[in-house]
Amino acid sequence: MLSRVADSLYWMSRYLERAEHTARLIDVDFQLRLDQSPESSSGRWLRLLDALQVPVPAGAKIDSTTLAYTLTLDRTNPSSIVACISAARENMRQVREQCSSEMWEQLNRLYLQIVGTPAGEAWILHSQLFFRGALDGAHLFQGVTDSTMSHGEGWHYIQLGRYVERTHGLAALIGSHFARLSYPLENTVDSDEYLEWVGLLKCCAAFEAYCKKYTAELRPLRVAEFLLLSSDFPHSVRFSVDKVHAALLAVGELTERKGSAPMRLSGRLRANLSFSQIEEIMADGLANYLANIRSLCAQAHTAIHQIYFDYPVEAAMVS
Amino acid sequence: MFESPGQPRSHYQALFRTLLHLPAEDLKKSQQAADLSFLHQGITFTVYGNDQGTERVFPNDLLPRIVPGHEWLKIEQGLTQRITALNLFLQDIYHQGRILSDGIVPRELIYSCRHFRREMRGFPVPRGIYVSICGTDLVRLPDGSFAVLEDNLRVPSGVSYMLANRKVLKRVFPSLFRDYGVRPIDHYSQLLLSTLRALVPANYSGRHEPTIVLLTPGIFNSAYFEHTFLAQQMGIELVEGRDLLVHDNFVYMRTTAGLRRVDVIYRRVDDDFIDPLGFRPDSRLGVPGLFNAYRAGNVTLANAPGTGVADDKATYAYVPAIIRYYLDQDPILSNVETFVLTDKARRNHVLERLDEMVVKAVGESGGYGMLIGPHSTAEQREKFRGLIEAEPRNYIAQPTLALSRAPCFVDGQVGARHIDLRPYILYGENVTLVPGGLTRVALRRGSLVVNSSQGGGSKDTWVLRA
Repeated sequence: MLSRVADSLYWMSRYLERAEHTARLIDVDFQLRLDQSPESSSGRWLRLLDALQVPVPAGAKIDSTTLAYTLTLDRTNPSSIVACISAARENMRQVREQCSSEMWEQLNRLYLQIVGTPAGEAWILHSQLFFRGALDGAHLFQGVTDSTMSHGEGWHYIQLGRYVERTHGLAALIGSHFARLSYPLENTVDSDEYLEWVGLLKCCAAFEAYCKKYTAELRPLRVAEFLLLSSDFPHSVRFSVDKVHAALLAVGELTERKGSAPMRLSGRLRANLSFSQIEEIMADGLANYLANIRSLCAQAHTAIHQIYFDYPVEAAMVS
Repeated sequence: MFESPGQPRSHYQALFRTLLHLPAEDLKKSQQAADLSFLHQGITFTVYGNDQGTERVFPNDLLPRIVPGHEWLKIEQGLTQRITALNLFLQDIYHQGRILSDGIVPRELIYSCRHFRREMRGFPVPRGIYVSICGTDLVRLPDGSFAVLEDNLRVPSGVSYMLANRKVLKRVFPSLFRDYGVRPIDHYSQLLLSTLRALVPANYSGRHEPTIVLLTPGIFNSAYFEHTFLAQQMGIELVEGRDLLVHDNFVYMRTTAGLRRVDVIYRRVDDDFIDPLGFRPDSRLGVPGLFNAYRAGNVTLANAPGTGVADDKATYAYVPAIIRYYLDQDPILSNVETFVLTDKARRNHVLERLDEMVVKAVGESGGYGMLIGPHSTAEQREKFRGLIEAEPRNYIAQPTLALSRAPCFVDGQVGARHIDLRPYILYGENVTLVPGGLTRVALRRGSLVVNSSQGGGSKDTWVLRA
């Protein structure tokens, strides 16, 4: 597979995952606002921006409508939903012949739908439909991808992009949530805080799955354990890292580059999450632990680039 | 479509009857469904200088153009003859130049052509084939015969629209399509692939399947959709210049598993841009060293560089003579009468009648640099008079043709529009063409310009078994 193609597939997938993640976070946030007193509004926005790793816009006053616009429909903000979906589509447009026609049509349809959304007051009223459309569109794309594309090398780069991005996004989200709230770690959260924790789980599409495992009794320690260490829930950090590692193994096998740097890094991440206990993590400091995960993940990303996408020609000539 | 008012030609009768009984509302719905399917598939072309989304759907007309089997047979024979002769001509002018010494084609015409490539002198191209992919524009004259308007021997495009139109029409008129006995065109990509396979370079060792790639200028090219489409249909890699590199005169592509040798390049990049070392140094689309690798016989470029000299609009005037010279046959398809303006008497003849003529710049395509006499203003004619007198070699003139018309569904009703026909010819082990082509339509009433960049559209072309 061409390096440029692999690069585009990887980024297409990362952008789409980012769009999906952003849509889910803002959607949940809008729902939560309905039950909150307006005073906490600007605090919520700061937390949301932090969870999304978006710098706080210049200017002292934070205005809800403007911020919502910036994060969703503003084309000049490179991490808005519309910008991410456009970037995903641009990447796919460059490698169309590598994907199935169904994939392209689905992504193109999603793009046309998102781009066609009118901005302004009317949009806020129907924002739920907008987020729903973005999430459904992204889910549909994943289903179409899995059922119409060969699960060969290209598909593995798509997996890689999605789960590298998801690991990043989850680590940032969990970090910002645990950093800003005060909470009783081992006990059930009180009713004031209850909605916030439901919100965190919903941001990871995890509320129902959590309840199935632990019942609706919300304890921060359990929430952290579930979102970090669950081995079978698709929006947990461990699950995502497992997928990254699996994709790298498959790609290493297909390109006959076994035991390379990306695999070493993802293997280390994987071991770390597989053999950690939540109590230890909390005792050593969650923030440090998450920072370490994000750093390893960033290193893996760089290594993937250097080995597969953008290697020096001299190195390739020698072998 | 009609022989006389109200009396359709025999092969159009079934379509005519269908249209009479089909409510305009139904057609409109089908048209909308077709447009939407084009948009969703991204079958678009790029409009330069348009900010709001640079992609536009290529207008597709729902009513098929029908060509009876015997008319097609003549087209097929004529085009086969023409591509054979033009390849012999290119082979000759890049080697001994017999046709020039014999005075059939003026020497200065060839050497003054912008697309003549001195670098190609004496180089034996694989199988002696310069033009392996060609799309010739035909028009139907008032007497019912087809004539060649233009040979496109460099990087002709549009074949993907031919295939896409067919796919849509099969859905819109399934029973009509079946009853008509239309010959299939869907195997085009396979034919193209075997054509490219046949062109392996001189130094190809045969140790592996030849690696064939399609070289595109990239996503901003107006025909990008077509490039992706063809690569996908053929199952070959679509590469950009930056994916390729030349080392020791061999061409490689960068893959995730390291570098891989490339044997045949179907390039959709113009001569000028393929190699910044060989041609334009400011090109970022090409591959440095590619031309040397080509001349070393380590890689094939299709079409070969330098074919533009044979589709120069002034060379065009000599094609009938070229066919007679190499094949000793009369041309099966005629040319449109063409005035080469370097000759003083002819130039004056044309300048006196500018309002009746079509003037074209010889090196241009896509409907740019044209004067259509009957539709022009005095000011435009004066401008062209000046241009012609300054550089007569740069222009040719043709009488304004009464292009044939076909029914089209435009703005909610059926009306007649001018059309032409571009069949696609392939030349590998032998000459092949799929029965059909791209019928281009001038969607504006009365307009004679069918180019997509100038408000043209296209329709499916049904070549009948009988």
